Amino acid sequence: MGTTEQTAEVVDLSETSIRELNQRLHDAADGGPQAWRITHPGGLHAIAAGINAPLEIDIDGHVGYYCVGMNKEANVRIHGSAGVGLAENIMSGTVIVDGDASQSAAATGRGGLVVVRGNAAARCGISMKGVNIVVEGNVGHLSAFMAQKGALVVCGDAGEALGDSIYETHIYVRGSVAELGADCIEKDFKEFHTAELTGLLAEAGVDADPADFKRYGSARELYNFNIDNADAY
Amino acid sequence: MTNEPTHSVGMRESALFDRNVIHEIQRKAREGIYDIRGFGAKRKVPHFDDLLLLGASVSRYPLEGYRERCNTAVTLGTRYAKNPIELDIPITIAGMSFGALSAQAKEALGRGATVVGTSTTTGDGGMTEEERGHSEKLVYQLLPSRYGMNPDDLRRADAIEVVIGQGAKPGGGGMLLGQKISDRVAEMRDLPKGIDQRSSCRHPDWTGPDDLEIKIGELREITDWRVPIYVKIAASRPYFDVALAVKSGADVVVLDGMEGGTAATQDVFIEHVGIPILSAIPEAVDALKDLGMHREVQLVVSGGIRTGADVAKALALGADAVSIGVAAMIALGDNAPEYQEEYEKLGSGAGFYDDWHEGRDPAGISTQDEELGKRFNAELGGRRLANYLRAMVLETQTLARACGKSDVRNLEPEDLVALTIEAAAMARVPLAGTKWIPGLDGKTE
Repeated sequence: MGTTEQTAEVVDLSETSIRELNQRLHDAADGGPQAWRITHPGGLHAIAAGINAPLEIDIDGHVGYYCVGMNKEANVRIHGSAGVGLAENIMSGTVIVDGDASQSAAATGRGGLVVVRGNAAARCGISMKGVNIVVEGNVGHLSAFMAQKGALVVCGDAGEALGDSIYETHIYVRGSVAELGADCIEKDFKEFHTAELTGLLAEAGVDADPADFKRYGSARELYNFNIDNADAY
Repeated sequence: MTNEPTHSVGMRESALFDRNVIHEIQRKAREGIYDIRGFGAKRKVPHFDDLLLLGASVSRYPLEGYRERCNTAVTLGTRYAKNPIELDIPITIAGMSFGALSAQAKEALGRGATVVGTSTTTGDGGMTEEERGHSEKLVYQLLPSRYGMNPDDLRRADAIEVVIGQGAKPGGGGMLLGQKISDRVAEMRDLPKGIDQRSSCRHPDWTGPDDLEIKIGELREITDWRVPIYVKIAASRPYFDVALAVKSGADVVVLDGMEGGTAATQDVFIEHVGIPILSAIPEAVDALKDLGMHREVQLVVSGGIRTGADVAKALALGADAVSIGVAAMIALGDNAPEYQEEYEKLGSGAGFYDDWHEGRDPAGISTQDEELGKRFNAELGGRRLANYLRAMVLETQTLARACGKSDVRNLEPEDLVALTIEAAAMARVPLAGTKWIPGLDGKTE
């Protein structure tokens, strides 16, 4: 992960528009530079959204909403913090944020890996559909809300309503959980889960012992409507 | 032997507790759950039937029906998109999901729409090859659930519709009950087979108009600003919602009235939330005009559109096009009398069947059952839909020419009067035979 100044195509967002940057990144799917360094992002929105190629991208600074949205194949490192909807609906590739991520990080992601070195705010992994997420710090309330597939690893603490109305996503938390959401329960580790967690920590470059984590997932009580469960809705 | 109650003179039925109400109370007491169903609102609300068009005479010239042209083409998405959608007719097909409908039915919608030069729309559950392959112009919906959402489909769509609400359930999410979750539907939605699939009522990565503006910006970036971006809202507070959609950067606003259809929603939601499309259009047009964006941002309206008369009246009130859902399904063959016997076995009848959520549709339209789906011939269904659309367009042109218009979008509120005080107040046109528009305090406009 990461590129060198010698080989990377440098785009300065204090001089280049987002529209031009993204067009160039999209055009790179048909050839052209594969390594990019984006400077002066200045919290702008939709930086590197919709990439469809195995590009290597470094972003030097803080980014706004929907950075790397719907990414396919690219590996992106953000040397700063990220705004709302980081890597929303990511399909594949890797996104690493050195700082914190705002709300709805990796929302509805369907593949790939998203790593947040700091904390992630509320709704991290909301409606996730196959993406793997590793947060080295804490996650906010309603994280993994209606999470369908993939895994959420939280090395710190989780806020209220973790995994509310969860489907088949696996959640691993090392610290405390303020409150579990509807139909989310603590579950036993099986061999598969230990291997999955070990692999994700290694892939994310996080030095943590899988044995320190607890696993959470769906009780599957709300999968089909039952009037006797009405109080849970 | 029948359980049908007898009814004779002297037996006085309660207006409040009529047989339907009593039946529903008894059902709830037995089953402990609200009624879920498809179709749209069944209660009577002020609608286009409560308006009349004023044909031309001395003060205005009519156009000759068979010789003078009356344009029906409309372009949607002229505000920002590089490639606006050019429609030959002002009637589009509303979003209906694969999952709610069979793959064959989706294909038929594409076939029928394409023949007459209009667009069809995906739904909650993603884009299927059948509908992309058979729809020359396909609008791809971005819904709160994001089931099946992927950038490849975004890029091969002809327009994107950010769905905020649906007329049948403003403020409500979607649901697809487990019995309709086949292997294919489950795979497309990244969920296990056979479980109820709830779609949230709010988008997962934005809240409020400021966020929406940024979200629309992201969609434009992903698609290189090529395609129009619609915002679909349910009619509840149309003035403010339309204004905010425009402020957020929408190319097109789709406004769905409470009469709009649904695949599966609580009956209490369908019948009691939202406002009639008749009352919503003038407010939406006001918002567009106040922003100087009427005709710049196109307005597509839906909710109970059935005939060319409905189309003409909607356009006269200021819409640029209409959208149909329930009517399109009926044109395909839903509620067809040939299945009367089978509808009766399901406790319903042709003309009444609304249990679209159960997946047992004898016509093979609102089902994922392979055997039932095979009954439906997509080619024939497409032809029926095209016939229906053509007939509606002819009706619309007939009425427009009678009002002296060489373009259906030249119809205007001054071509309308209302039959009821309620409709006059809502549509803001005079009560027939008077100059009175209730609610305008004596002003005529």
